[in-house]
Amino acid sequence: MSGIIGYGSYVPNHRITVEEIARVWGEDPESIKNGLNIKEKSVPSRDEDAATIAVEAARKAVYHSGIDAKEIGAIYVGSESHPYAVKPTATIVSEAISAGHNFTASDLEFACKAGTAGMQMLMGMTDSNMIKYGMTIGADTSQGRPGDALEYTASAGGAAFIIGKEKKEQIAELITTVSYTSDTPDFWRREGAGFPSHGGRFTGEPGYFRHITKATELLFEKTGMKANDFDYAVFHQPNGKFPILVAKKLGFEMKQIEHGLITPVIGNTYSGASLIGLAATLDHAKPREKILVTSFGSGAGSDSFAIEVREAIEEKRKRSDKVHEMISKNKVYIDYSNYLKSRGSIKKK
Amino acid sequence: MRDVAIIGVGLTKFGERWESGLRELMAEAGLAALEDANVESKDVEIVYGGTMASGRFIGQEHVAALLADQLGFKNIPAVRIENACASGGSALRQGYMAVASGMYNLVAVGGVEKMTDATSTEATTALGGAGDQEWELSQGITFPGLYALMARRHMYEYGTTVEQMASVAVKNHDNACKNKYAQFHKKFTISDILNSKVVADPLRILDCSPISDGAAAVILAPLEIAKKYTDTPIHIIGSAQASDTLGLSDRDKITEIKATKIAAEDAFRQAKISSKDVNVLEVHDCFTIAEILAMEDMGFYKKGQAAKAIEDGETTLNSKISVNTSGGLKGCGHPVGATGIKQAVEVTLQLRGEAGERQVNGAEIGVTHNVGGSGATSVVHVMKRHN
Amino acid sequence: MERSSASLWRKINSRYNMVGNECTNCGKAYFPPRLVCKDCGRKSKMQSKKFNGTGEVYSYSKIHVPTDAFKDSAPYTVGIIKLDEGPLVEGHIIDDGKGVNIGMRVKSAFRRMDVDGEEGLIYYHFKFVPE
Repeated sequence: MSGIIGYGSYVPNHRITVEEIARVWGEDPESIKNGLNIKEKSVPSRDEDAATIAVEAARKAVYHSGIDAKEIGAIYVGSESHPYAVKPTATIVSEAISAGHNFTASDLEFACKAGTAGMQMLMGMTDSNMIKYGMTIGADTSQGRPGDALEYTASAGGAAFIIGKEKKEQIAELITTVSYTSDTPDFWRREGAGFPSHGGRFTGEPGYFRHITKATELLFEKTGMKANDFDYAVFHQPNGKFPILVAKKLGFEMKQIEHGLITPVIGNTYSGASLIGLAATLDHAKPREKILVTSFGSGAGSDSFAIEVREAIEEKRKRSDKVHEMISKNKVYIDYSNYLKSRGSIKKK
Repeated sequence: MRDVAIIGVGLTKFGERWESGLRELMAEAGLAALEDANVESKDVEIVYGGTMASGRFIGQEHVAALLADQLGFKNIPAVRIENACASGGSALRQGYMAVASGMYNLVAVGGVEKMTDATSTEATTALGGAGDQEWELSQGITFPGLYALMARRHMYEYGTTVEQMASVAVKNHDNACKNKYAQFHKKFTISDILNSKVVADPLRILDCSPISDGAAAVILAPLEIAKKYTDTPIHIIGSAQASDTLGLSDRDKITEIKATKIAAEDAFRQAKISSKDVNVLEVHDCFTIAEILAMEDMGFYKKGQAAKAIEDGETTLNSKISVNTSGGLKGCGHPVGATGIKQAVEVTLQLRGEAGERQVNGAEIGVTHNVGGSGATSVVHVMKRHN
Repeated sequence: MERSSASLWRKINSRYNMVGNECTNCGKAYFPPRLVCKDCGRKSKMQSKKFNGTGEVYSYSKIHVPTDAFKDSAPYTVGIIKLDEGPLVEGHIIDDGKGVNIGMRVKSAFRRMDVDGEEGLIYYHFKFVPE
């Protein structure tokens, strides 16, 4: 059975606070902070994009796993902000981790869940012995239109996971996965458009909540497990509030989701969000503990995973750059004008 | 080997020469040199032209042929020499070798750069090509940036201060005020320099030589026939050149220009002089730190001691040693390809006693020092008045 | 400035991964890689060597007047880093406005160097960040 043999995550160190964004638009910061359960979000520097974030996360994952990158047989990068419309991010990553040339690669896009879709693909490929190891990455530098509600949350970050079948190398086993998918246009970005559009409150109930709930219930059904069989749960986190609400609805308690709830302090990293949440949970988890992960991608679909932590996690832990430490280290707060500048919204002649 | 002399010199006014293109500048300096040497165009046997980036600045390559063409040097061999900012000095050395070898008698050497037709970022990019394009320029490490890196380390290792660097600029601008060919005729104070715009910290705009248009030319002949053309031939008694890695970080040290050390030692040895014998010196002060490095690397001061000596006034006009009497690259201007030749023109005028109000009293021996890039090329010439 | 994509591609391993080389004849390490050892000349035996990207700041400068390709990113800080394996290497230092000093420990990161206009290629490169 396939499992996780290493992971790494990366979040840019620049932050902008809700207060600072609200100041510019004359909004009340407290109501936004309470409404979205978010304090601040990460902002990529001018010289960071989904590819550089993917590379940083991938390098940490290779180091954490202890494998030779040349043994990786497939690399998938999920993002809704690939730097190129045509030209893969995955090849940039492969070169930057010295993966050699004997592997397959592709970029994936499914709004915020392309990284977990890649994980499912790799489960099939490793279980079938098509490849020995595969890497999936979810990384984004998501954009929120100035003045839009998304601007408070759309942030940058990513995580990389290496999947393999060899049990003794696994830090966690991927017990099983199920998905729930429908054509639900809650959020989109047309080719060439600089910012995504969304259906406002339509993104909530018919989008996020329906898909996460259905996928998680399918997983319960398939595994015969219930919320209290899991030590931890990670849900996609477009803001700090939705994952808490959906967790409660599914019968989870706050203590099960708190380790993986990162959005309140870094914002919504889109394709990175559920994977960074999983990474933060693994940083803390002990062997034989069980983790539920359900991602969500607009458009729409959810992938749900049942995961059991294995012994190797302890030995590999010393090589992990822990999410909570990384995101609180070297933080630099920027103001709104520097935020616009680093997002490339202000151009010099 | 034959002894070689400079028998004529010519110079254009340096600066923003909006009315003149490359060919007008070359012709102006070239004609002045022919006139000074009392040589006809048809008598010149070969011409060497130094220019760094005419292709980048104005889209014109093949500049030596153009030089021969414009000056009426009918059908003679014409050779362009490009060694970044040391193009002029390198061209002079080629002319010197052509005469010394016995192959040619009357040799014209010109240097030119027409820079102001380019925007300042275009010029910055073009000049950046003097360093390592693949690993320096491609990373946005500009030419001032390279000297800034050298300056910062020099400050760290030897306690050199920004005020000491600024004193180089103050001195050279003072000298430029006495030179009608100089780009600037304006005195600056230390505080003017220290309050000017930052280019590549710690270097400010007034630590940097300017973007300039200009040309310079000399006519060379064997010393034995030089008196036919002039009463005061200037004898080139040492000519040396050395190279080093193109990339700054590949060097053994970044607080010295090793190519300068080697070239100066060689040139002084040929001339049978020591640094104490030099009365007048034109050094390559593309940035203020560069003059400090040059004074140390050529042996005028021990490493780490030049900055204070310059600040103390030991190198002002008619003090211990007169350095950059023309105003240097800093005050006189730096039309890149012309600079190495202009230095020879200035030393010639000084040794002839024709330098007017900036004349160094009793100047007998002069030295020119021309650097390319961040020190990948260095050319040193020693000259002496031939009585 | 539009450049040929080949000029980036041919040095991609060095630019992404700090792969330089060393002369097995004398043991001297180089970054960027050299075809010929400075000391051994024709006798040099060069073999590729990956540098781990850590070292200390040897010198630095904040560039305010950039080249064409960097006009949108100025001012930016560049420096010479003394790598732990020995060689000096030039590169960007991302100081986040906190300042840089000689002796400061840095490590390499993977960043965008520059882009060819709105539609051209994106050039990725190592840069240095505080360790």
